[in-house]
Amino acid sequence: MAKIAVQFTLNGSERAEFVESGSTLLSVLRDKMGDTSPKAGCRQGSCGACSVIVDGELTLACLTLAETSNGKDVRTAAGLSSGDVLHPLQRAFEEEFAAQCGFCTPGMIMAATVLLERNPNPSREDVIEAISGNICRCTGYEPIIRAVLAAARSNSVAA
Amino acid sequence: MGLTLQTCATVAEARSALKTAGSRYMGGGTLVVRAANEGDLTFSTVVRAVDPALSGVEVRDGRARIGASVTMSAILAHPELQVLAPAARAVGGPAVRNMATVGGNLFAHAPYGDFAAALLALDAVVSTEEGELPLDAFFERRDRLEGTAIVTSVAFTLPSPESFRFLKVSRVHPKGAAVLTIAADLREEAGVIASARIALGAMAAHPVRARAAEAALAGRPRTREGVADALAVALEGTDPPTDAIASAWYRREVLPVHLGRLLLS
Amino acid sequence: MKLAKTYFADERNDDFSEIGQPLPRTDLRGHVTGRTVYFADRTFPGMLYLKMVRSPHHHARILSIDTSEAEKHPGVVRILTAKDVPQNLYTILILIQVGPEDEHVLAEDKVRWKGEAVVAVLAETERAAQEAAAKVKVEYEVLEPVLSIEDALKPDAPIVNEHHGRNYYLYDSGECRKIRFGDVEEGFAAADHILEETYQSSPIEHAPVETTGCIVVPEANGRFTCYTNTQAMFFTLDNASIILQMPGHRLHMVGGTVGGGFGGKVDVIVEPIAILAAKLTGRPVSFIYTREEEMQISSPRAAEKIVMKDGVMRDGRIVARKVTAYVDAGAYSRHSPYGAQKAAAHFPGPYTIPNVWIDSYCVYTNRTPSSAMRGFGVTIADFALEVQMDKLARLIGMDPLEFRFINAYRDGDMKAHRQPTEGAALIECMQEASIVADWPVDERFMAMSSRVREG
Repeated sequence: MAKIAVQFTLNGSERAEFVESGSTLLSVLRDKMGDTSPKAGCRQGSCGACSVIVDGELTLACLTLAETSNGKDVRTAAGLSSGDVLHPLQRAFEEEFAAQCGFCTPGMIMAATVLLERNPNPSREDVIEAISGNICRCTGYEPIIRAVLAAARSNSVAA
Repeated sequence: MGLTLQTCATVAEARSALKTAGSRYMGGGTLVVRAANEGDLTFSTVVRAVDPALSGVEVRDGRARIGASVTMSAILAHPELQVLAPAARAVGGPAVRNMATVGGNLFAHAPYGDFAAALLALDAVVSTEEGELPLDAFFERRDRLEGTAIVTSVAFTLPSPESFRFLKVSRVHPKGAAVLTIAADLREEAGVIASARIALGAMAAHPVRARAAEAALAGRPRTREGVADALAVALEGTDPPTDAIASAWYRREVLPVHLGRLLLS
Repeated sequence: MKLAKTYFADERNDDFSEIGQPLPRTDLRGHVTGRTVYFADRTFPGMLYLKMVRSPHHHARILSIDTSEAEKHPGVVRILTAKDVPQNLYTILILIQVGPEDEHVLAEDKVRWKGEAVVAVLAETERAAQEAAAKVKVEYEVLEPVLSIEDALKPDAPIVNEHHGRNYYLYDSGECRKIRFGDVEEGFAAADHILEETYQSSPIEHAPVETTGCIVVPEANGRFTCYTNTQAMFFTLDNASIILQMPGHRLHMVGGTVGGGFGGKVDVIVEPIAILAAKLTGRPVSFIYTREEEMQISSPRAAEKIVMKDGVMRDGRIVARKVTAYVDAGAYSRHSPYGAQKAAAHFPGPYTIPNVWIDSYCVYTNRTPSSAMRGFGVTIADFALEVQMDKLARLIGMDPLEFRFINAYRDGDMKAHRQPTEGAALIECMQEASIVADWPVDERFMAMSSRVREG
């Protein structure tokens, strides 16, 4: 089976791997690059657990062929914190108990990251729309919505 | 025998690549990569064309031409296409909208294809390298065209915001696959409906026009009594699927209700 | 958070340092940084992918299985059928002596539900496994299925599961779990009103975001490490030991965080065949349900049908309750005999009823085997009995909350399944609920106590 080269920036570092032709970005991140933060929940684009950010756009890694990401800037949930320092969204999710099993959490945080980068002061409806592609079966969504709004508030207080 | 991606600079190259057995054209990947993930073994080569012309949007004299690779997000961000925003917003969630293309949505099987339903209500014309084709004719030929013809753009006259209506009925809000979708362009003159174009999604294998209902609206006032005849024939020409979202019976039961609400809103 | 300290004031010790304080969850840091490890967050060189070939029929005899074409497919390493499984017949609850064994790891002779596992294909890549699975040829003779509780219990219904020989589980008490307390017919005769209702529920799928699965790694010391998201580690270890005829100490089950269980990951389903595959190939094996398998194949909450007949007095006392309940186990027992048993004890609810007759059946149909989910056996019973309480209250023109005060159990009351009531607190909960929900009840109910029956 042919192997192909895949090369892109992952959370700020240049990464390159030889992978099976036709591999998805999700499998390359998880199985080749050691980043298991995006999850495989459905592999059909319905659950959002695989959400990553490619060139600033929220993207489903399970539906992206890895080679189409060549040369691009890829960000995952694992890359949000720097060492011990949590991103405001991560801190807010902790404080609001916005996770139980945690499986949807990386995807939720990615969706919220894109929202806050574009709209630092979202309304509740904006938050609901932003996470509308992410399914959670544990929390009932309210703690997650509260966490995103709290992170936005803490950002504006800090700024 | 994994999957091979062939990236072509032009549509002509892509067309040529599609001649190889077991190849399939990919827009944003939401249909094709999903199919591969789910064990569709009918293709082993995925072909895409990265010609920038496929991502262009042109609006002139009230007529829009949208490249097949334009994404739902791009439509939502385009200042001159805001009238279509309700239809573009209905497709998937935010990430799906960054990936899903206008061309791809034409090939989405029920219960998907919400944007295609909107295009059908607007009498859109589909361009392939062979020429142009009205969208309803495209749908009739879609199964044969799939994998051979490459859609390069769609064109239609932009409706006015007052006349264009769109409704997607889903079980999950705000995002969920359609129980049914209705796109309507209603033009009123002198207190009555002068013309109506109504397209239905998830009421057949592909979007269909509710032509009997359209005819029954002509010259009628937009009131409960005025639309009653149209609602009575709304199901003509439909053959709704039974799937994980809803049964054919349910779709038949609720279509007239939702159509009535959309027409009278 | 407010502690309502006036209730059971003489029994309580409110000297709490942890209760009533918010505490950080220990797992949240991992969740928000994406560092929590789920079973599939591991890679192993040489790992094989297991794809299961499943029955397309609800009920059929297997006439032949031909894996020859599939075996030749590039990338295929091994194909397993029933004959490869050392002890193919099992049932989860045999560990607590709830038998008989009635389910196969891989189908033998018959398939009893659409989706039942028949052939396991192991290949180097997922795609190769999918392609090879498509080349497996199974010949079936389609049999008539029963797809509802009613059809399954008809006198001439086709038998779903020959290990039971009848379409219901045979308890030591007979064809159903039985509660007999007092004399319901006398109770009905004395009642001012009778109400009989039928309640039904459909199967409910847990739909966790993480699908069921495991990765098994053969270790150098002859043990097998099984990374799994099962909620039932010891059930899985012990049943796998029996199925594989392998001493338990050779199995090392490693759990971790489950990406949503809800009772949907308590069946022993993916591990035994994956461990067997790892043993026979000598390579790590991954068996992870696709989303379609998770939704359609993995066990749902059982569909139920509950017929509830009550006799009630004008003054609000329920004097007789007769329940006939059916739990649709699907094709195999799994946890359903236990669920139907729990239900039997549960049907009076937290109420003292002097005459009770309960028959609770575990029924087999050719549907997806059902299993545990969030209080299984009790949850749907609660729906039925609490809706019934509301209907009874309305029938006699009484407030539904006051109606419950009248019937609530008190300490010392004998329950229908012959356990004395101890530590009852329903009265106090309803009193507090009346306050916080602003649903006032007569002051005589606010004076009641669970500890003594007034009058």
